[in-house]
Amino acid sequence: MTRNLIIGTALSSLVLLAALVSFVWTPFDHAVMNIPAKLQTPNLSHWLGTDHFGRDIFSMVMVGARTSIAVALVAVGIGMSIGIPLGLTAAARSGSGLDELIMRGNDLVFAFPSLVIAILITAIFGAGAVNAIIAIGIFNIPVFARITRGASLSLWQREFILAARVSGKGLARISAEHILPNIANLLIVQGTIQFSLGILAEAGLSYVGLGAQPPTPSWGRMLADAQTMVSFAPHLALIPGSAIIVTVLGLNLMGDGLRDWLDPKLRVART
Amino acid sequence: MSLKSLILAASSALALTAGAAVAKDSIIVAMQLEPPHLDPTSAAAGAIDSVLYSNVFEGLTRFMGDGSVVPGLAKSWEISDDGLTYTFNLQAGVTFHDGTTLDAGDVKFSLDRARAEDSTNAQKALFADISEVTVVDPQTVKITLAEPNGSFLFNLAWGDAVIVAPESIDNIKTNPIGTGAFKFANWVQGDRIDLEKNADYWGTPAILNSATFKFISDPTAAFSSVMAEDVDAFIGFPAPENIPQFEADPRFQVLVGSTEGETILSINNKQAPFDNVLVRQAVAHAIDRQSIIDGAMFGYGTPIGSHFAPHNPAYVDLTGNSAYDPEKAKALLAEAGLADGFATTLHLPPPSYARRGGEIVAAQLAQVGIKAEIINVEWAQWLETVFRGKNFGLTIISHTEPMDIGIYARPEYYFQYDNKGFQELMADLNGTTDPDKRVTLMQQAQTILSEDYVNGYLFQLAQLSVAKAGVQGLWTNAPTQAADLTAVSWAD
Repeated sequence: MTRNLIIGTALSSLVLLAALVSFVWTPFDHAVMNIPAKLQTPNLSHWLGTDHFGRDIFSMVMVGARTSIAVALVAVGIGMSIGIPLGLTAAARSGSGLDELIMRGNDLVFAFPSLVIAILITAIFGAGAVNAIIAIGIFNIPVFARITRGASLSLWQREFILAARVSGKGLARISAEHILPNIANLLIVQGTIQFSLGILAEAGLSYVGLGAQPPTPSWGRMLADAQTMVSFAPHLALIPGSAIIVTVLGLNLMGDGLRDWLDPKLRVART
Repeated sequence: MSLKSLILAASSALALTAGAAVAKDSIIVAMQLEPPHLDPTSAAAGAIDSVLYSNVFEGLTRFMGDGSVVPGLAKSWEISDDGLTYTFNLQAGVTFHDGTTLDAGDVKFSLDRARAEDSTNAQKALFADISEVTVVDPQTVKITLAEPNGSFLFNLAWGDAVIVAPESIDNIKTNPIGTGAFKFANWVQGDRIDLEKNADYWGTPAILNSATFKFISDPTAAFSSVMAEDVDAFIGFPAPENIPQFEADPRFQVLVGSTEGETILSINNKQAPFDNVLVRQAVAHAIDRQSIIDGAMFGYGTPIGSHFAPHNPAYVDLTGNSAYDPEKAKALLAEAGLADGFATTLHLPPPSYARRGGEIVAAQLAQVGIKAEIINVEWAQWLETVFRGKNFGLTIISHTEPMDIGIYARPEYYFQYDNKGFQELMADLNGTTDPDKRVTLMQQAQTILSEDYVNGYLFQLAQLSVAKAGVQGLWTNAPTQAADLTAVSWAD
């Protein structure tokens, strides 16, 4: 295990833990406003202070983690569940018209600036967590399709695949039984990276008001709300900002660490 | 950097400081919204009036900063005993900025244009009672009303009733020609509008030589532009949370006044279950106004209990009718057969009073079991869905027109309040010229709205302006949408 992996996993687990714990316990109800107690700096009762409505920021950050993780997770899920089969198909039928169709379609989606399209989607279908998930998810599809196809293509040339073909297995079965397990490590690493990008995208969409709608707490919206108050209550922006940094840093470190750890070549070099 | 450019830079820096020391005859005023065009008589956008009212365009009468109505282009008038004929004597020697002379024909043209069938005037109701405008002589104009209208002189003071000239009407949207103390100079769209002093002004001339309006919509950018002293004044500062910082800073002065903006939780009176007065009353009792004022406006705002401005002499405090009482709200809901609460929508336009106020309102409604789904919308969408489409449950909006209680007599108006008694009362009010009787009628009207719980009445929107310490003569209150600079000057 590398140091990156340990630190990354620790930070990511911390965030995940906060999100899970928030289902059963938060210091305060994150939605309850107590306006006379607004804008408190961190203290013994409110560990991270209170926001402009007197809500407990620590509780909001915990529940906000839930929103971020849920959006990013489902978005990555959409990307994987559609992108991987597409990539496998393209690789299995490499050079065919179908391959061309899939990959040019991917290029098309790739060519759009993702956040702008996400804004477009939420603007048309309405702002909200579900539409944010779909918007972010769509842009995960070509990422996974491409990486799957690229990695699978080289595998299709290998002898064990040839053996499988000779033994009469169909393309779909080979893809599922032989190709997929051999590219799983790549996909996991990519998944981690896309997950952190998803968290950032969710924060960005919420920041411009297109993500999860109030009263559901979201880190991006906490940042946006704090914007005019930075000059006299900086903790309002620093705390959700730090939460985003910690999560994304953790996931990126974990992705790096996983790549090193899962890479057979590096593993051989280490032993 | 070469020696030559150093000298150049040094000399230009000197020139700049020298310029700043002398140049106290101009002002840069910032506002949040840019006008879509520059014709106050053909659009509802308040931003047009904010730039042009009194500065460039004037009407027969005009509002002063304290809300009073005084003579404008009409120096005096006589009202016939039956209240149907107004004879206005115009100021002598008034010229438009293009050099043409103002006469009674221009007045007739302006009013006929505003009340015409195909007029796009946003406040046609102001002119609805006019049956005829006649030119008596070049300095006298006679307006005949179909029925008496006690607020006619007040109506004529609106920005929608300013006097325009037929010669310049074709280009009014880009090159407004008025009679005011400032004339329009330049408009850089997306950035600023420049005005310069009208040397031939008929009345007391402006003190400043020029004025620039800058448009800064983002509250954070607004804060930085004032702090960096990029602008001399910000009229209608959008972020109340920043006001204490300006108050604590000796470089600035803060003007806290009142607007005509009754900020209300509008209820769709035709939509179930809001068609039941018990439900509307429950909503009213579920709302804690002080929390909303403190949480959304950082304490700026005056609680209201009906659709009426507290600074108006006819105001009655009816906040007691809808005091914060969540238990009572729950009981009322139970009485209406909705003990388990219900779900509805809450459309929120962009200003912070709506967005922040809406979050608080939704939280307070949730306490009594009303689940209001927040839908944040842009202005265009709000106008489309809520105002024209009437497709909403609740919305928060500030009604910034002065004395606009009459909107409740229009059953097709977006909150769809239909009460024959109230409509008759408004007709009575329009027909009454006696000031004491008018006060009584207006108080009755306020009480009806309050006891019918037509809408959730939240607070009177505060007018927050920030200016450099040396600026004097700005309006503190906003009796109409205006940034009247005609009396503004710099203290020495």
